[in-house]
Amino acid sequence: MSALSLRGLKKSFGGNAILNGVSLDAEAGEFIALVGPSGCGKSTLLRILAGLDHADSGDIFVDGRDMSPVAAADRNIAMVFQSYALYPHLTAGQNIAVPLAMKRLSGSQRLPLIGSLLPGQRDIRTGIARDVREMAALLKIDHLLDRKPGQMSGGQRQRVALARAMVRQPSIFLMDEPLSNLDANLRVHARGEIVELHRRAGVPTLYVTHDQAEALSMADRVAVMIGGNLLQFAAPELIYNDPAHIEVARFVGQPRINIIQAQAENGRVGFEGIRLALLEKVANGPVSLGIRPEFVKLSPSGRSGLAGRIERLEFLGSEVIVHCRLDASGDSVIAKLAPHEARDLIAGMPVGILLPPEHAMVFGPEGKRLRIAAGARQEPAYV
Amino acid sequence: MTSPAFPFGRIVRFALLSLGALIILAPYIFMISTAGKTQSDIFTSSLTLIPQHFYFAENFAKAFAKVPMTTLLWNGVIVCGLIFFFQVVVAIPCAYAMAKLKFRAARLMMVLVMLGLLVPIHATALPLYVAFDKMSLLNSYTSLVAPFTISVFAIFMFLQFFRAMPDDLLHAARLDGMSELGIIARVIVPNAWPAVTAFAIFSVVAHWNDLYWPLIVVSKQAYATPPLGLMYFRAAEAGDDYGALMAATLIITLPLVAAFLLAQKRFVEGITMTGLKG
Repeated sequence: MSALSLRGLKKSFGGNAILNGVSLDAEAGEFIALVGPSGCGKSTLLRILAGLDHADSGDIFVDGRDMSPVAAADRNIAMVFQSYALYPHLTAGQNIAVPLAMKRLSGSQRLPLIGSLLPGQRDIRTGIARDVREMAALLKIDHLLDRKPGQMSGGQRQRVALARAMVRQPSIFLMDEPLSNLDANLRVHARGEIVELHRRAGVPTLYVTHDQAEALSMADRVAVMIGGNLLQFAAPELIYNDPAHIEVARFVGQPRINIIQAQAENGRVGFEGIRLALLEKVANGPVSLGIRPEFVKLSPSGRSGLAGRIERLEFLGSEVIVHCRLDASGDSVIAKLAPHEARDLIAGMPVGILLPPEHAMVFGPEGKRLRIAAGARQEPAYV
Repeated sequence: MTSPAFPFGRIVRFALLSLGALIILAPYIFMISTAGKTQSDIFTSSLTLIPQHFYFAENFAKAFAKVPMTTLLWNGVIVCGLIFFFQVVVAIPCAYAMAKLKFRAARLMMVLVMLGLLVPIHATALPLYVAFDKMSLLNSYTSLVAPFTISVFAIFMFLQFFRAMPDDLLHAARLDGMSELGIIARVIVPNAWPAVTAFAIFSVVAHWNDLYWPLIVVSKQAYATPPLGLMYFRAAEAGDDYGALMAATLIITLPLVAAFLLAQKRFVEGITMTGLKG
């Protein structure tokens, strides 16, 4: 039994399909990143999971329990919002206390004035205050408890929002791009902290982001969603090294993967000098050849590789991004080189571009990955 | 780039604004001046702003003696207070539902609110009067308050304000375990103060100064609101004692003026609606 299980969730708004049957399983204590470009339906999926929105069809199970008839308030799902959504009129401490007060105090005990006279509420309130202080200490925001959200910085608000979500020990933890309003330095720092907090709490977490680096660096498993479809759900290494779909390959990785149009003929793919034998049967016609920029090598002498020209160089410190164009086909190819490899390169110069076939991936006309038979090799001489 | 403290353009603008303010304020200033004049001062042919004999104390004493000022002011406070209270109690949940909840009649309700904005009280005065008469409710606080408890203007104004409230805030409240009523009480109302204060000005000013409706449903001094009481005073007692009349008028306008001056900052905040942040 998985901690969280989504079965064929579908949702459309006014004829536009947002989710086309998304299924996903999360194990206990797993950190899952849901990543995709904006508008791919990932936030909708999160809202449906939280009970803030309803799916047109499909089921949600949490610890084997069907969540469809359960209202948002009773699902025991906590969420951190992109805007943090702190109550502006309450202090940080009061904000963190709200979910506990709603859960532990009865309706009459929550009433102002009268509530404070009812028996039993005092112990509960002391318990709440203690839990709030513990959570604040864990997140190092004890000194902020008396401040209102308007008096806090973005990073502090984000911590208060995290504390409010974590304090009631939810069965599932949802995060909707919680770091996207922070500046770049703080974001990298907060990534590590969230992973650390997750490891400590052990609550299954679904983390929505459009930042592929965030997803790869934080998650146990990454679910890539594009256009309402869950295209691949696997460990970060597999998502990067072994994408199941051309859209996944395009979305993950910075700079983007090089995609070159090639032809499939009788179970073989050919592009210039590259010949790859496919394991799967595919109709003759155009296919796409993908190769990550870090595997592309350049030969300044132009004696080996495909003839091309350097268009632009981007120096990034630890690496150099070289934008090239192939003379024959006009395809643009990006190479990621170490600075010493790029020392002699200047924009505009002709260059030989080496595309090692053992790192090439083939995608069919619909974008599905096609497997290559082992032992495919580049033919030696092709200039 | 140095500029004098009072550049020419700024002086012109300031003068124009002052002139405008003076024109608007002139009747009120003249009222204050008249309240301090003796009968003979008022009826001289020359127009003076400063009274020749300061007669304020006598005029105010006369106003208090001849008009039941405390009853009038108390009635004004009760009526305006009740109207404002019910308007807010009805309008906030209504506007919240229309702004943030999805239900089938939302569009129809919006049309009704717009229609409600178009129908003035004068159009419905007669049927309302007949109804109150049949229920023997004329000359009561009920008849003064009841017709105004549902303010489409308030609904409309809060609707605009609530639409700007972030949805995430309400989502967070729902996930924290609040019911819709709980959200209104714990999230919407505490954050709606700017809108409520802004609406308070419109509502209280309108009903404090209203003469039309009290004139229709009230015929006894005991339930008279301030403007109605003044009218009785003029008709029955004062005749041509304008000094005392102006003094009485000054008294009933003072609470609003004082309230506005004291809460000026909050009112302006409310009107510009910049309350919610973060």
